[in-house]
Amino acid sequence: MENILNLLAKIVGEDFVSNHPEELFIYSRDGGTMEPHAPEYVVMPRTTEEVQKIILLANKYKIPVVPLGAGLVLSGLTIPLKGGIVMDLKRMSDILEVNENSRYALVQPGVSEGMLKAYLAKNYPHLRHSLPDAPPAATVVGNALIHGSGHMSQIYGFHSEMVNGLEVVLPTGEICQIGSCSASPYWFSRAPLPDLAGLFIGWNGTTGVVTKLALKLYPKPKYEDVMIFLTENENYIPYILFKVTGTEMAQDVIVMAQPKPDWIGGFQLTSITFTGNSDEEIRFKRKTLRQSLDEYIKNKEGGFMHLLPDMKASFLEVPQRSFTLFADVKKGGGFEYVGAMMPIEVLPHAYRGGIYIAEQNGTSYTLMMRVIGSAHCVMCAYAFGFNRADKEDVMRAQKALHEANQLALKLGGIPWKAELPAQQLIIKKMDPNTFELITSIKKLLDPNGIMNPGNWETQ
Amino acid sequence: MVKLRFDKNICYSCESVDCLVKCQYLQLNIETARIEKLKILKGEDTFILTECITCYACEEYCLKRNHPFFQIVELQEDKGLYTAPRPITHQQIKMTSPKGRFEVKQPLTKPAISLCVFPDMMKKIDGPLFQRGTSFLGGDFFCNLVFLHFAKMSIVKERLPKVIETISNHLKKNCLDELICFHDECYAGFTCWATAYEIPVPFKPIHLFHFLSQRLEALKSSVKTLNQKVAYQRPCSSRLIPETQYLTDKVFSLIGVERVQRKYDRDSSLCCGSILRMMGRDDLADDIQERNVSDMVNAGAKYCVFNCPMCYYTLSEKVSKEGILPVMMVDLCHYALTEGKT
Amino acid sequence: MEYADILHRCFRCGYCKYTEDYYAINCPAYQKFQFESYSPGGRLWLIRAWLNHEIKTSTRLKEILYACTTCGNCVEHCIMKFKDQLVDTLVAARNEMVNEGFIPHTVRDYLRNVQLYGNPYKKPQKERGKWAERTDIKIYKDQEYLFYVGCVSSYEERGQRIARAVVELMDRAGVSFGILGDEEICDGNEVRVLGEFGLFQLLAEKNIEIFRKRGIQKIITLSPHSFNVMKNEYPKYEKDLQIWHYTQILANSIFNGRISSNKYKVRVTFHDPCYLGRHNHEYEAPRKILRSIPGVELIEMNQNRGNALCCGGGGGNFFTDVLGTGPCSPSRIRVRHALDTLARFLVVACPQCAKMLEEGIKAEEVEDRLEVIDVAEFVTRTLSGPL
Repeated sequence: MENILNLLAKIVGEDFVSNHPEELFIYSRDGGTMEPHAPEYVVMPRTTEEVQKIILLANKYKIPVVPLGAGLVLSGLTIPLKGGIVMDLKRMSDILEVNENSRYALVQPGVSEGMLKAYLAKNYPHLRHSLPDAPPAATVVGNALIHGSGHMSQIYGFHSEMVNGLEVVLPTGEICQIGSCSASPYWFSRAPLPDLAGLFIGWNGTTGVVTKLALKLYPKPKYEDVMIFLTENENYIPYILFKVTGTEMAQDVIVMAQPKPDWIGGFQLTSITFTGNSDEEIRFKRKTLRQSLDEYIKNKEGGFMHLLPDMKASFLEVPQRSFTLFADVKKGGGFEYVGAMMPIEVLPHAYRGGIYIAEQNGTSYTLMMRVIGSAHCVMCAYAFGFNRADKEDVMRAQKALHEANQLALKLGGIPWKAELPAQQLIIKKMDPNTFELITSIKKLLDPNGIMNPGNWETQ
Repeated sequence: MVKLRFDKNICYSCESVDCLVKCQYLQLNIETARIEKLKILKGEDTFILTECITCYACEEYCLKRNHPFFQIVELQEDKGLYTAPRPITHQQIKMTSPKGRFEVKQPLTKPAISLCVFPDMMKKIDGPLFQRGTSFLGGDFFCNLVFLHFAKMSIVKERLPKVIETISNHLKKNCLDELICFHDECYAGFTCWATAYEIPVPFKPIHLFHFLSQRLEALKSSVKTLNQKVAYQRPCSSRLIPETQYLTDKVFSLIGVERVQRKYDRDSSLCCGSILRMMGRDDLADDIQERNVSDMVNAGAKYCVFNCPMCYYTLSEKVSKEGILPVMMVDLCHYALTEGKT
Repeated sequence: MEYADILHRCFRCGYCKYTEDYYAINCPAYQKFQFESYSPGGRLWLIRAWLNHEIKTSTRLKEILYACTTCGNCVEHCIMKFKDQLVDTLVAARNEMVNEGFIPHTVRDYLRNVQLYGNPYKKPQKERGKWAERTDIKIYKDQEYLFYVGCVSSYEERGQRIARAVVELMDRAGVSFGILGDEEICDGNEVRVLGEFGLFQLLAEKNIEIFRKRGIQKIITLSPHSFNVMKNEYPKYEKDLQIWHYTQILANSIFNGRISSNKYKVRVTFHDPCYLGRHNHEYEAPRKILRSIPGVELIEMNQNRGNALCCGGGGGNFFTDVLGTGPCSPSRIRVRHALDTLARFLVVACPQCAKMLEEGIKAEEVEDRLEVIDVAEFVTRTLSGPL
């Protein structure tokens, strides 16, 4: 058998492949609680052709391949469970096209959210994209492929729903165009063709490597503002969300809860962001949103917080640093979260259950519930902080996460970007025909089982 | 037990009922005012308790200093009423709670300045205006008078005597007996409120404007008159200490600015509206803010001068949009000494 | 190891790698090598793994630790509370490596040369003051300031030209100064950041002894590296020193009308040296000087001030070259930034930046389009007549 390292070096150049212990250590783990698994090689391709050659090589020698963007998923989806090659895609970091008229951006998998944001601000200041609250190093492609959500999801849905098209290298090495780009020079839509994008979104990299992605862009309004509605009773949450989203005025609606600082502990903060192109529009939206919650205000059951300028600025920041800063709340450098997609009516149970789990396990927590698509569902995140240097604390967080996953399923929700144990829970609960279909599709696309093996499989 | 010292007989025999008749928001005639005032004195339900916007003005209108506003707040709480939504009230109570531990820049030197709970104001305590003065702030030094807006006199009674003791101990430790109050609500707490509730204050509170006028006089040769027209946003708390109003004019005259004649100034000043927003009375807040700012514009003001940081945060964007520069009084004095950045 | 308690606190969020607006990668080592192991966060995790014996000392690990240019971009942009300690942590880890005796050979050679010769060039001490031979500059004896030149400008031809330009301007400005000449010794900035704390302490104490003996309290440095170490590290040994970078003195002199330039109609751009800018927050003095010259159009590169991309010479790399060259090397990327401004001159305020960027220009083959010039050299050009 030829030296794999040399073969990879021939594809990408020797500077961009490594089997040094240092790289194997770093790429064996992520910032979450999942156990590390070392790859045998780390490779950094620059072009689709290089990706293709790596895939063909991997097929030939039946070596697992795990595609990696920024690795910020935190639930271990980019940890090579069965060793093999980690394909770090960050050298593919070009913004290939911005189509102003049809409002989309075509990007490579290494383009970060921050980079796209800065690029649009500089070159297309009238356009923007929906950003998750992950650190800005998170990749646009990675986030879309895991059904990420962000500050415009209340209006436009999951980031996966904002995908217009893909270029994919299949596990067998073919390069495929998905969406309108397969029959047009424009990447404007997935419709009206059979929607093949679904074969690559939400599959944790088990069905191919996405080398291009077209993402919808949206008009950037001149003004934005935020209001925070405060309550002390979690049972109000569904109706509050129903009312607020019913105005069709809000851009982003998030419910937050955490025990500290004191002035947040015990309260639910519903953050409502809205935008406009004139003072008048902002005033009108503000008034309409306020009036939608009049009954709570009149009954003194809820009210809008008075936000000082710097507080407002921090709530309007995109992405919000406060979510990243949660990692150091215990001076521990870690947090992981169960993000479960849930129907709106179960949120009070989800809220109570999450706090109970955190308290039972002695972990710090933040609960965040982001409305997706006019309250069609909510991304309910239970984030548990841990001290990376304390094994027991890590285990406590792991236990809390597992219990949160179980709770989510029990309530009728589904854990998002599920780590391995959670995948098993989902599979167990899933309709067997559905899982059979998933397995068949994977086998069809990836007969040698090289793509991120261990995911979406029964253990 | 901390109790309000007032004479019911003064109210019973009051013919003018100025406290309610002069209210800009309730706009009552004398007959209605008398009826509702009687209800208050008897501890009965009255719409005054729910409609009062808590601007403190009636404390000033009552020339007998019989504390009509404090009476309202006590009765609101007795009846379990909330002026603002319960979560908002409870959050404010938590947010400002004393921590029992605090860092104070040691040693304290004269002039010692209390910044209440406004860390933003710290950077304004510098330059020849403040010499080598030191400041402190935090929940353990907070006057808590804001809870008059929230129908929570009990919080003020519980916390303010302790705050006075804490401040007094700190000053004593550093051989000081005077405290400059950056926010005049603190000054009102240590004077008007403490007197009304018979709480001794073992240090001398000094109003910020009194301090500023003294310093400007001492630095007279360095003062450059600004020759500007200003509107003054009078804070609610100044209604508790009307005897200090002349100081505002004094400072203005020392720095050479003209306080424009306008409708909503002095006795007729309007609340900034921040408390109304917390109460959820946004329509009223919109209305008074609109009237207040238009008044400033019509009077030809170039600056809007604030004493209270909360008023500043609430109104600065609105006045800026109308081409009026928002500025704290302290900053205006700095400008006059050509210390501040324009 | 000092700062070991922060190693596990890195969340690997990646803010440290980028500029403030997240647009560009601004960590030189990560830019060059692109593996996560070369990022600031990756380094912290590896240091922790190394201290915990999860990975062994290796050539690769040495390279990872010594490729860092200590530019401070991570300190500038990390959002965590321990951000100010990031560079210190790396330096502490280097110290551990030095103590283990397992460091890159170029680092070893550098340290050995400084120890044996008092400079990294293996040149005799008595040649240290030679650059001043054709000037009227006097040896320090009770003047107001000591002008501290540093190793690079004492021994390298490129640096010597800068030194002579600075001296000419300070003379014109009527600044009272003298030099130590061949009594001057290495300031130790690079020695310290390469992790050799013992040698650094020796150098610092020796320098302070010289200053004390001569009654020196005010020092003007030529190099931001000297400025940094004397301002931030020497106070641990001597509190009464006042340190300036020469641009700060010149900016005042221009402001006071002591130096006035002739008109020079040209477009320039300014590269912020890390040890003047990010480490010591001095961004304006050099710009004040440039803006004071009539006709000069100062155009900022997109990445400027706290977002400036390091030239690649810091952290000892100027001498040890662990970072290496190539199209992704920071000096070449920085030259491209400068070319985007269409400037004729890329102005610097550091002799190491000057050399690094000149080499970048050569590698990019754009010598006809862009010239590197120090602030002092640029000003002296404008003194001779309208251009």
